[in-house]
Amino acid sequence: MKRLRRFSALIICMLLALASSMTVFAEEGYTYNYDYWGEIQYSPDAYSVQKVYTAADMGLEGKLTNPQGLNVIGNMIYICDTGNNRIIELERVDQDTIDVVRVIDSFQGAEPNTFSAPTDVDVTEDGYMFICDSGNQRILKLDLDLNFIMEFTKPQDSNFDPKQSFIPTKLSVDTAGRVYCIATNVNQGLIKFENDGEFSGFVGATKVLFKWTDYIWKRLATQEQRAQMVSFVPTEYDNLYIDPEGFVFVCTMNVNGTDLDSGDAVPIRRLNMLGNDILIQNGEWNVIGDIIWEDAGGYNGPSLIVDITAMENKVYVALDKVRGRLFAYDDQGRMLFAFGGAGNMDGYFRQPAAIEHMDHDLLVLDSVDASLTLFTPTEYGSLIYQAIEQFQDGYYTESGESWQKVLDRNGNNDLAYIGIGRSLLRQGKYHESMEYFKLKYDEDNYSKAFKQYRKEWVEDHIVVIFLIVFLVLCVPLAIGRVKKVKAEIDRADIFKV
Amino acid sequence: MIATLKKKIDLKHYLATLRFALYCITHPLDGFWDLTHEKRGSMAAANTILLLTLLARVLSLQFTGFIFLRVNWDRINIFLYIASILFPLALWCVGNWGLTTLFDGKGRLPQIYMASCYAMTPYPLLQFPLILFSNVLTVDEAEFYTVLSGFALLWAAVLFLCAMMQIHEYTISKTILFTVFTIFAMLVMIFILLLFFSMISSGVMYFISIAREIMFRL
Repeated sequence: MKRLRRFSALIICMLLALASSMTVFAEEGYTYNYDYWGEIQYSPDAYSVQKVYTAADMGLEGKLTNPQGLNVIGNMIYICDTGNNRIIELERVDQDTIDVVRVIDSFQGAEPNTFSAPTDVDVTEDGYMFICDSGNQRILKLDLDLNFIMEFTKPQDSNFDPKQSFIPTKLSVDTAGRVYCIATNVNQGLIKFENDGEFSGFVGATKVLFKWTDYIWKRLATQEQRAQMVSFVPTEYDNLYIDPEGFVFVCTMNVNGTDLDSGDAVPIRRLNMLGNDILIQNGEWNVIGDIIWEDAGGYNGPSLIVDITAMENKVYVALDKVRGRLFAYDDQGRMLFAFGGAGNMDGYFRQPAAIEHMDHDLLVLDSVDASLTLFTPTEYGSLIYQAIEQFQDGYYTESGESWQKVLDRNGNNDLAYIGIGRSLLRQGKYHESMEYFKLKYDEDNYSKAFKQYRKEWVEDHIVVIFLIVFLVLCVPLAIGRVKKVKAEIDRADIFKV
Repeated sequence: MIATLKKKIDLKHYLATLRFALYCITHPLDGFWDLTHEKRGSMAAANTILLLTLLARVLSLQFTGFIFLRVNWDRINIFLYIASILFPLALWCVGNWGLTTLFDGKGRLPQIYMASCYAMTPYPLLQFPLILFSNVLTVDEAEFYTVLSGFALLWAAVLFLCAMMQIHEYTISKTILFTVFTIFAMLVMIFILLLFFSMISSGVMYFISIAREIMFRL
């Protein structure tokens, strides 16, 4: 009987083992993140498509043609309809309605008073509109009633090569009205204009990257061969965005896989006023978009970041042109989530050109599909933002609770563990927080917590520690003493008979 | 009666030879000379040290603080991990023996094995305390751990040199030369092994495909 029971138990165990080995793998998802080991972990969707707007959905006659620029201020959305030489002003009336306010194709006060291939637009808080009128080689400053205020043209400065044409492609304006712009074939960095239109120099040129092997090769090559080789020049920027703190996010698509892997190429930078990169990269992985890329389905190579937007909570979202993906990072450079893809469905892109945010909602402009996609955060995405914002505002306990809610929805969210840990750490619960940091290999925070825990532990057990040390040091000493005395007594002559 | 007495002597001898490892690592030249010439080492003790080394290595996977060692358990094969010590050790012994016998080294294969194992003593000796130690350190104090574990390896490396020198009765320069040669010999052996395995597998594949072809045709 006993044997039978044991046998059946064995069978059940074997069946269980078999069942667990047949775990069904989760289907490829839309939203994902990379874990500590660099492997993709699919997660619940952080954003869902609210709606995809084509020209007809906005109430516009005719189509958009190759739209390039996008700008959002308050509820207003501005699109550069580059192919049709116009700018479209839209208003987001409610959650999922976007309506045309006006179509801007001309202005008053300067000749020519029309646009030629406008590629970017920026509207400032104080009511001015800056337009990259690339075909006319100028940057226009208009007021919102479309009166010409001033223009920024090719800098007449010794720093700017006179033979070089000035074709501005992207611009951004800071709170003081200074214009930062990127122009075709200018690789000295961002072109900076003061608010009176005066050219005041270049900002943030990239460091020249070259390998010593290339250098030796060049030394050995003949003059003709050298002329055919790639020259070592700084890379051009492809887009820029001034974040709410006044720093300039820039991105470049001039990167290759090997340099990205080694960390030499920096596709996303955050420049301060001196042009130094101050982007924090404390994540396990560099801020480069996808960290593994498969060459499949016609999509090759690493992510190419075409545009960035940065929210009030210091989260920034980068847009990948190659696979149509969006990568969200927190202020420490740790990836929050990645989603999107290439294709024709809602939430997938054919050739994304620009990204903007409206509060927590994201807007992506697709230049080939000529459409505007509006993403709104899901419950999961909102919780992540909520947790981050609560921590930034100093509500550590509440932040921990929010991260716990995130964790309930996705057990693979590494940042949730670390977030809970940081919240516990701030509350002084060192031992509990250590567990969370240990699970996700956050050695710095773990060390902080452990240091405090160790201190507390030593303070609590100081008597015991002292006793042990005392025993270890003094007992052998005492024993030795006793033995010595004993030996002396034994050897002493008096006792010898 | 005699059997139990013999067992007792055996055990005593085993413990004495095991304790001799501690003498070896502190007095390498003297110790490794006595190890073979005075028969103060034993195979059982050598095996014990090797076993302890393997144990230290495997246990450190699980119990070292995560600040110093992070293990992706999905990718770990414990047998491969153990083999990553045993296989190079075997190659080392065979390679060293093969070369030194040709150049009047006095050591025999079992002696080389025994001395190599004795030379590994610092690793388990330091690794076990280090495993415990690593759990009470923070990032700022990580250098202590790194230095100590590096020291254990360096110590073992020096001991290896001394062991080979004393067993084969070589001079120091000759020892270093033959250590380098042994490493080359190990590489050559790995190359031949790879060649061998790939040839065998293509040979087998050849017959398998012939058999398949015949079965298709029938």
